[in-house]
Order: sequence, then C-alpha cells, then structure tokens
Amino acid sequence: MKPYELTIEEASKELSQKKLSSLELTQAVIQRIKETQPKLNSFVLVTEEEALKSARAVDEKRAQGQALSVLAGIPIGLKDIFLTKGIRTTCCSKILSNFIPPYDSTVVRKLKENDFVLVGKLNQDEFAMGSSNENSFYGPVKNPWDLERTPGGSSGGSAVAIAADQCLGSFGTDTGGSIRQPASLSGVVGIKPTYGRVSRYGIIAFASSLDQVGPFGKTVTDAALLLKAVAGHDPCDSTSANLAVPDYTKFLKKDVKGLKVGVPKEYFVEGIEQSVEKATREAIEHMKKLGAKIVDISLPHTEYAVPTYYLVATAEASSNLARYDGVKYGYRAKAQTLQDMYRKTRGEGFGREVKRRIMLGTFVLSSGYYDAYYKKASQVRTLIRKDFESAFQKCDLIVTPTSPTTAFKLGEKVDDPLQMYLSDIFTISTNLAALPGLVLPCGFDQKGLPIGLQILGPHFKEEAIFHLAYAYEQSTQWHTRKPPL
Amino acid sequence: MKDTTYEPVIGLEVHAQLKTQSKIFCGCSTKFDAKENEFTCPVCTGMPGCLPVLNKKAVEFSVKMALATHCQVNERSIFARKNYFYPDLPKGYQISQYDQPLAQKGHVEIQVDGQTKKIRLHRIHMEEDAGKNIHGTISSYVNLNRAGIPLIEIVSEPDVRSSQEAGAYLRELRSMLRYLEVCDGNMEEGSFRCDVNVSVKPIEQKEFGTRCEVKNINSFRFVEKAIEYEIQRQIEVLEGGAKVIQETRLWDSDQNKTFSMRSKEEAHDYRYFPEPDLLPLRVAPAWVEEIKRTLPELAKQKKERFMKMYQLSSYDASLLVQEKSLAQYFESVIEICKEPKLASNWILSELLREFGPEQGATSPVTPQHLGELLALIVKGTISGKIAKQIFEKMVQTGQAPQAIVQKEGLIQVSDVAQIEAWVEEVLKEQKAFVDKYHAGQTKLFGFFVGEVMKKSHGKANPAKVNETLKKKLVKGA
Amino acid sequence: MHITKQLVEHLAKLSLVELSPEEISKYTQELDALMGYFEKLNKLDTSHIDPTFHVELPTHVFREDEVKSSFPREELLPMFPAEEDGAIKVPKIIEAS
Repeated sequence: MKPYELTIEEASKELSQKKLSSLELTQAVIQRIKETQPKLNSFVLVTEEEALKSARAVDEKRAQGQALSVLAGIPIGLKDIFLTKGIRTTCCSKILSNFIPPYDSTVVRKLKENDFVLVGKLNQDEFAMGSSNENSFYGPVKNPWDLERTPGGSSGGSAVAIAADQCLGSFGTDTGGSIRQPASLSGVVGIKPTYGRVSRYGIIAFASSLDQVGPFGKTVTDAALLLKAVAGHDPCDSTSANLAVPDYTKFLKKDVKGLKVGVPKEYFVEGIEQSVEKATREAIEHMKKLGAKIVDISLPHTEYAVPTYYLVATAEASSNLARYDGVKYGYRAKAQTLQDMYRKTRGEGFGREVKRRIMLGTFVLSSGYYDAYYKKASQVRTLIRKDFESAFQKCDLIVTPTSPTTAFKLGEKVDDPLQMYLSDIFTISTNLAALPGLVLPCGFDQKGLPIGLQILGPHFKEEAIFHLAYAYEQSTQWHTRKPPL
Repeated sequence: MKDTTYEPVIGLEVHAQLKTQSKIFCGCSTKFDAKENEFTCPVCTGMPGCLPVLNKKAVEFSVKMALATHCQVNERSIFARKNYFYPDLPKGYQISQYDQPLAQKGHVEIQVDGQTKKIRLHRIHMEEDAGKNIHGTISSYVNLNRAGIPLIEIVSEPDVRSSQEAGAYLRELRSMLRYLEVCDGNMEEGSFRCDVNVSVKPIEQKEFGTRCEVKNINSFRFVEKAIEYEIQRQIEVLEGGAKVIQETRLWDSDQNKTFSMRSKEEAHDYRYFPEPDLLPLRVAPAWVEEIKRTLPELAKQKKERFMKMYQLSSYDASLLVQEKSLAQYFESVIEICKEPKLASNWILSELLREFGPEQGATSPVTPQHLGELLALIVKGTISGKIAKQIFEKMVQTGQAPQAIVQKEGLIQVSDVAQIEAWVEEVLKEQKAFVDKYHAGQTKLFGFFVGEVMKKSHGKANPAKVNETLKKKLVKGA
Repeated sequence: MHITKQLVEHLAKLSLVELSPEEISKYTQELDALMGYFEKLNKLDTSHIDPTFHVELPTHVFREDEVKSSFPREELLPMFPAEEDGAIKVPKIIEAS
C-alpha cells in the first residue's frame, strides 16, 4: 500500500510507531498531487515548501518524544475559503486572486495546534456558490470516477482530493449541501456539523446563518477525528456554541440495536434517479438488519426548501459580498471616478453565478420586496425547522438520499440555474434547520458512479450520526472502492 | 390676503460616541490621537471571514443612557445591517439596529424661559461608527481608526418647536452623557453629532409639513442657526406657493445657510435585515437593575439638592452643576470650609473666570486648596482682599494657601495695639483731613480706612481697623 | 412578480455591479424564471409564523472592554490597493448632487 492511500487512522498509527515519517508521507502525497492534478484540477495552490517544513518539524517533535495529536504530521488540504495567514486565499474568485490573508481562521489555528501538515488550497465554486464546481475562477474540478463529470460543489476540490488520495483529510464548508453533495458524487465521507459547532471565524462568508465548516475523510473514523480537532466554542464567533465537544471516536460502535431511524417519504419523489433510490432503500434495509428500527416520517415542507434557501442565502450573500469593493484589499479595477471603480471592480471581479446571486439577493432585500420574499422565506424556514423538530420526536436519526442523481456531466446544467438549484433539494433543509448531516458511500450506479447516503441528526448530536455511519460502513465495502485513475 | 402663522416641527437625531476603551466589535483602541489606520484590525477593516463580537461595556453604557432618559429597555433587541457603499464603510454595511432597538419610549425634560417641557424620545439604538474620508484634489483618503467606535443614536419624537428648545434639548442630552461618563460630548471632535429634521406648517394645521434633514452641524450655536435658517427658508418656499421637497441638506457654517445635498432619495435603499453574525442582544431585567444601581445623580437632581441643602439660588446651582466635575469640586470645597455660599461665590467668580466650567475641577487650584483658602477667610486669618492675591498665586504655582501666606507674610493683623499704632500714625499724618472730617465731611472715613490698610500692606483686619478708627476719631473730637 | 430589464438595471445600480447589456438580458430571463418558481411559497399561509433569522444558541458571547493589539503597519499597508501616508487612497469622492 502506498503511503498516500492510508487513512488518517492508519497513517497516525504508522507515524507514532515510527514505521513512517511525516516527511515521507508528505512527500508521497505531494508526488501524488503532482501526478493527478493535471487530470483533476482539484488544487488551486500546492504549498509544497511549507508542507515539507511542517512535516520535518513534526518529525523532530516526535523524535524528541513529545506527545502528539492524532493529526500530527498528517497531510491535509483546505478549501480555498479558509483564511491562511501569509498563504494566498482566493475563494476561487478573481476579486481575491491577489489576496494574502493577514490572519489565520480559527479552524486553521486549531489544526496548527494539532501539528497538521497543510499541503494546499483546494478548488471550489467561487464564494462557495455552486453545486458543480464549474463556477471557479480557476476552472472546474473533474470527478475522478469519470473525468467528464462534475465532482459536485461547492467543495468539489476537497471531496476529490480525498477520493483521489491527494491528501488524507480535507475541510470544506457547507451552506446548502456543499460538503455532502460532493462527498456523495465523489464517493467519500463528509459531514456538515450542527450550525455553531465549528467556528466560522476566518472563513469567507457566503450566507452567515447557514455556513458551516466540516471535514472530508476516507472513512467515518477519519471524519470523526478531523471534526473533533476543529469543533468547539470560539470567542471570536458569536454564533459558535459554548458546548463541550464529545470524543466522537468513543461512539464508533457496530451495534445499533434499538436505534430508531426515520425515513421521510418526501425524499423519494419523482426526479430521483432509480439507482439512487435503490441504493438508498438497500442501505435502509441493511440498517434494519443491523438492528435499527425503521420509522416512516414526514417532512411536509420539503418542497419549499429550494425557494426558501435561495431567497435567504442570496440575501445574506448580497450583503456579505459588499465588502469586495476594491477599496481595502483584493482586485481593484482601473477607473477615474469612485463610482466607476466600484462598478468595474465588482463587475469584472465577480463571476457569472456570483453576480446572479448578488442581483437576486439585492432584489429580495430591496424596498417593497423584503416582506414578500426575505421575510416570507424566513417564516417558511421556521416551518421547515419545525418539521424536523416533530420528526425527531419519532426517531433518533433520519436517513435520506443525498442528491437526486449521481454525478452529472460538466456543462449539463450550467446554463439552467433552476435545474442546478433543484439538485440541492435533499441537502438544503438541513442548513435551514441548522442540523448536522453526514454523507457516506452506499453504492454505485450502472456507470460506476458513487452514490452517497445522508444521515441527519438532532442539533449537536454528531456522535449519534457517527455511530450509525460507522456501523453501516464497517458492515459494507463501498468505502474501499477507488476511482480508476 | 390673510397672513399665515407658521409653526416649526423639529426632530433631532443625536449620535454619541461611547467612551469605551476598545471598539464595539473588536479589540482596537478608540483613542483619538493616532496615525492613519493605526488602530485597525481584520474586524474593523472588514477583512474576509471576520466576525463581530459585541463589547459588553458598550451595552452597559447604552443602557445607562436609556435609563437616564426614562426609556424602556428591551429585553431582546436585534442588530441589523444597513447596506450602502462608501469608502469609509469597510464591510459595505453598517451594523446598527433597526426595527427592534435597544430602548424605546423615553423622555427628557428641558427648561426654556423658565418653563419645563418634556421632549419624548422615540428610541435609542446601538451601532458602529464609520471611518473618515479626507478629500484631496484628485483623490480621497480613507482612515479607518474611527470605524467600529461604538455609537448610540438617540432619536427624539418631533416635539421640539423652536431653535431655542432644540439647543436646550441637546445641552441636556450632552450633560446627561457626560454625567453618566459614557460620552465626552465633544461636538468639534465629532463625539457628539446631531442631525435635525425640520418642517413647518400653518399653526392651525394638524398634519406635519414635508421635512428636510440637515446634517453636518458641529456646534450648538450652528444647530440653532441652521434651524432658524431652515424654518425661514421653508416658510418662504410655502409663501411663494411652492412645495418643500423632502431632502437632505448640509449646513454651511461659512455662509450661514443650508444647501441641498442630493434630491434623489430613491437612490437610497439601505436593505436592512437582521445581522446573522450576531445573536439577538439579550439584556435581562436583572442586568438592567444592576446598571440602574450604578446610575449617578444627574445634573437636574444635583441642582435641586444644592438649592435645598446649601440654600443656593437656582441660577448659582445651575451654574455649579453644568459640569459633574465642577459640582464635585464644589462639594469638596465646602467639606473643608463649611461655607456653601462663600464657596459658590468663589467658584463661580474666581475659578470659572480663570478656567471655565470644564477645566475648573482639574485646574492647579485643587478643591482642597481652595477650601483651605476660604477657611482662612472664615477664621479671619486673612482678609478677602488678601485671599484674592493668594488665589492668583495659587493659580500660577499650584501651591497650598498656607504656604503662600507663610512665605509672603500675609497673615491678617488683628492685634489691637498694632492697629492702634497704625491708626494714630495715619491720623497724625492726615491732620488736615481729620479736621475736615470733624467739620462734617464724614465720607472721609473710608479714606482713613484705606490709608491704614496701605500702611499695614493690606494685612490689617478691616473690621478691627474700622472699629479703632471710629473710636479714635470720636476721641479726638 | 415579473423581473424586468429595468429592475435588473436598478439592482445592478444598487449593488454597484457593472453589467453588460447581454448580462442584463440574461439575468432578467433567469431571475424571472427563478422568481416564477419561487412563487410557490405563496401557497403557504405564514401570517402567524415567526421568522427564523438566527440560529439561537443557549449562550451569548460578549467581549470584555479590553484593548488588543491592532494590525502591525508592515502587514496592513501592503494590503491596500493604493496607499499614501498610511491612508487608503481612492478616486476622489464626489457627492452625487
């Protein structure tokens, strides 16, 4: 087995037993990135020099006998939305193409405390707006299972980097499915924790009331290890929860007897590909065999999730993106007057999808339309939240498909925003209700494309999700398949 | 043609910078003197990924002002984003409060022409200040030191009816803010700013007229002038048969007039919405009670107490309480000299003449020293006249009065033998005038007093001099 | 609600984004289609429903009023696209009148 093929759990063991050094591991990973990057375009920056330096430093610490974190010396990639001090961070937008952050995001600070090795910044949709990674200033990411297809988005690079063994763990953000949908389409594990579980400080904002950070891993265990390292209260983020973070690995058990798993009928409707429905239903059957009790539930406002989400998210985004004006940092267009400088900077600096959402969000908040759209959507958001509250009276966890389809072709939906937005139907309610959700592989379609299963839990019950996910994963083989690269 | 009498209707919006050490959402200093952009950080320059965290002291200061103005403090208030573009606004939105402010429905009492009037407050809300733009010939320059300094906006109901009332209202607010020590109230430096909404209507008409907002006014005098100008301008517009246009106008203090800033109000659509980065602000009743207990005595209460406790006139008391520090100075002085009237007279005449109300309390003449000086007068150790000489020395040197008295040998002489000796010498030298006195020119008495005082270099006890002179002049007759 | 070209032009003005005529007509079409679909929210009566604007957590975060160090100048100034004597330089601000 090549070092880059290891899971974090395995690599960490080898590192601590000194069978492998972090430098060897990091060099192998960087070599792998170099070989595969031209096909996949998953990285926008490879931080080779810094990575080798950190790897050496960790090896030295280990040689001195220091007690180290399980993530120490592990090569990890970050979506280009996480601010990294001194390392270019662009959010894959032209408007930030020259931006070198003056500070680290809290997630990065915590990872540094764990002695991680940053191998590079990962491709994404511009400002995390997209479901196919086609909206990146640096070009689309390719799906390693079929290079003509999308890996999903917006955290496409983060998902692909795991699927293609370009790093052992990665982080992304999820505003409406941006971790879970690419995890599903790329065949890896990804979790969006409860809103407030991980600090948003230093993460470029898309929609502040929906954005949440989460990890990608090759296994459920790896995802749990990665989440544990970054979760917890941050005094720099007023919306981060002041709650203790459990040791998730303690909950990774194979026995799920008596666990009540809810299946919402609204998630098996027309538009869902047969292969996806079949794989999901088989996974549910499998859980039943493992001892879980399957309960029929209803989330009646599911059909309103797409409009609700796009009204709320674009409104917040239109305001969050106002700071990119060419005044203080980033791209500034040449212009004689201030008004022209603003208009040209923003007109040239933002891509098509971002501008579309700024227009939509500006409209939703504008005088005379606020009540009809922004407020209305926020009221429906309450209904969607309440759907889940009642559902969790009847079950411990909810299992659903992640995306109605497997990976679609690049270019297939790019000219039809409504079709693109509708592909988020199974993931966005989770963000509106601030719930945690994990996706893991549960099958493949006839074309050999991966299918992901989504497990949702109540607020701050990530450990329960990890429990069921682990039990399912350990009794199936889906996660062991590798794309033919 | 009948003459119409017009009545102005005025509402005021005051922005007061809170005197916290650090900014409202980050740890940058709020110091006024600094290099360009010296006190900035990722949060107050609007870097990507930055998040605001609310300064607790800023909330406490805002609640203090809300309580002092009898507002109802809302248990739950919401921060909102006010979206607009301007180079001094780093995030492209200002974090403010909109439909659910911190406090509502208060009032302030003002005195105009001996009449007390209640001006109702619509609301008090918290927000962050913007930075500053400096305009050059071809470029403008942005300094973000001020960006993120906490502000409260105090919005009145349209209860003010004259420039005089507006002035009184603003002075009252400023006094409260300074007494509470939450804002230093400096209009020139911009820590206390005011926008005025003015409209006029025929006096018998119920509905208000179209209003104009006047901005950029940086002194109380200019507020009054701007209001007067605006009232006159709007009356002329109406008398000319035209309509007042709702607009924002700027005050030009060089030309003493307001002028239109922009008329396209529709271009302003602030797209307010709840700030998702900040949870609703919760101010529990217990916290409000705790803050209430720390509220100091305000000027109005202090004035009433001074009148009652120290038998001061309303006028004197109001002068003493115009600054909290001055009022405290006064009470420290009387603790030592025990003579409120004397202390009040000295402070209002001597101290204020030298230093003015704001600097009086921090002048080289400490309340301890002034109290001691006045005690010397009370005891008869020095005369009032000598006291004034000593006071001048105290102003120059900051020395204690005792030390000056000792050094200059200024102790009052009350020794009868010594005074008699001086009196006799004077009467001998001024024989001619003594005769005139005895011939009936009794007005000359004062002259003899003056001569004796001169001889004593001012040290003779004037009462004793009077007494002795009277005796000697009778005797001699 | 139909999205017109004039509305998109107005939105571009409000958000200070320069759009080409092609972009304006494309966005007009796309937003019109989206808003048409989004109308389905009107099927729901929400008159008695409180809106969810925040994810309200059990704890509230305040900062104490403590001064922290600001940006080191050598890190701040190079970030500005144009700078003079520590100030950010922009084209002259002219009040619209």
